Amino acid sequence: MSFEPKIVGFCCNWCSYRGADMAGTARIKSAPNVRIVRVMCSGRVDPVFVLKAFEQGADGVLILGCHPGDCHYVEGNYKTARRVPLLKKMLDQLGIEDERVRLDWVSASEGARFASIVNEMTAKVKELGPFRANEGG
Amino acid sequence: MPKLKMALYWAASCGGCDVAVLDINEKILDVAELADIVLWPIAMDFKYHHVEAMDEGSIDVCLFNGSVRNTEQEKIAKLLRQKSKVMVAFGSCACFGGIPALANFINRDLAFERAYVEAPTNANAERVFPQTLTKVAEGELELPEFWDTVLALDQVVAVEYYVPGCPPPVDLILKVVNALATNSLPPPGSVIAAEKTLCDECPRTKEEKKITKIYRPHEIIPDPEKCLLEQGIICMGPATRGGCGARCIEANMPCRGCFGPPAGVQDQGAKMLSALASIYEVKDEAEIARMIEEVKDPAGTFYRFGMSTSMLKRKRM
Repeated sequence: MSFEPKIVGFCCNWCSYRGADMAGTARIKSAPNVRIVRVMCSGRVDPVFVLKAFEQGADGVLILGCHPGDCHYVEGNYKTARRVPLLKKMLDQLGIEDERVRLDWVSASEGARFASIVNEMTAKVKELGPFRANEGG
Repeated sequence: MPKLKMALYWAASCGGCDVAVLDINEKILDVAELADIVLWPIAMDFKYHHVEAMDEGSIDVCLFNGSVRNTEQEKIAKLLRQKSKVMVAFGSCACFGGIPALANFINRDLAFERAYVEAPTNANAERVFPQTLTKVAEGELELPEFWDTVLALDQVVAVEYYVPGCPPPVDLILKVVNALATNSLPPPGSVIAAEKTLCDECPRTKEEKKITKIYRPHEIIPDPEKCLLEQGIICMGPATRGGCGARCIEANMPCRGCFGPPAGVQDQGAKMLSALASIYEVKDEAEIARMIEEVKDPAGTFYRFGMSTSMLKRKRM
């Protein structure tokens, strides 16, 4: 049986969640591996959420927000744009592959873009294989 | 009231916590008045078999410092747990893993390679490493088994109280001693420190936090009145429990996080990362890349004392 990754997708209420909706209403097919969690803003995505997703068995985490300059709350996505790369640098030190976390921007009209990001991410995480928590001892 | 029986133990630690107990100065006499010490490897000559011979629960309180990283430490932690009514994780290593838990970025093989081969003072061309069992003419020699992962005390045995700090400050030690003396210990599970963050008790002037460059402590002489974070120095205050009396801050040095996360926070490192990235006021990609470059060692900085109890606990290897 082939490995089907579990990916947690955080989508902001104003752009990327609407983009996901758009992909649905336009009947664009995409991989079913992303479990979407709607947040008001990508800036709400505390790095703890990402760690928690991995802790609870996710194989990848996708964070989608409004394009820079388009944030409903003006600055929220810029905070995300700084947090996620710093988090990825830290996760690299902890042995978590770069491709397991992805930050991208999807507007409310970009259904096709949403679908292609989901497909790309799913393919990448499939290549990496399942995330193993290393408990050590 | 009969005298209390007290045990003090060190596992993977530097000895600083034991010295901190002596730092209570003449109050140590009150401790001697209050309690009979039944085990204290750094200062007294009791042996493990003395403890093994005791009845279960016959030690009133055990102050356990150091993290747990080998089978001897695990065995003694379990032994002391069995014999003690109250187990106190004493110091940052016992509470959160502490400095030894930075070894959770590597494993046993890499630690041995560094300690017994690479370190400049070694002359070990034959690559001799410690073995759990060695046969010599006189018989077999045994050593404890060293683990890949350093653990906090409560990941090995149940713990009633936590006294954080590297080392715990004198006033908190006295608070514990007084609580024992007056039989007024807080509910089990309590951390003997403040509930809020260090920033809450920090005496410095705080204005709006916006920075555009991060300085390492040796790159700048900080203004002694102003918030260190606002001056671009990574100060762990926003993600660290208060109660230490801001000792480092008073010495014009940033907080390094030894009191662990404040009440209600699960992961100190992730919270600090979030706070730091939030106040760094840049927007374009090149500037963000510069910020990432300026934070030289995010995991080591944000989890300096807290790897064992962090959500990811160790590096995946």
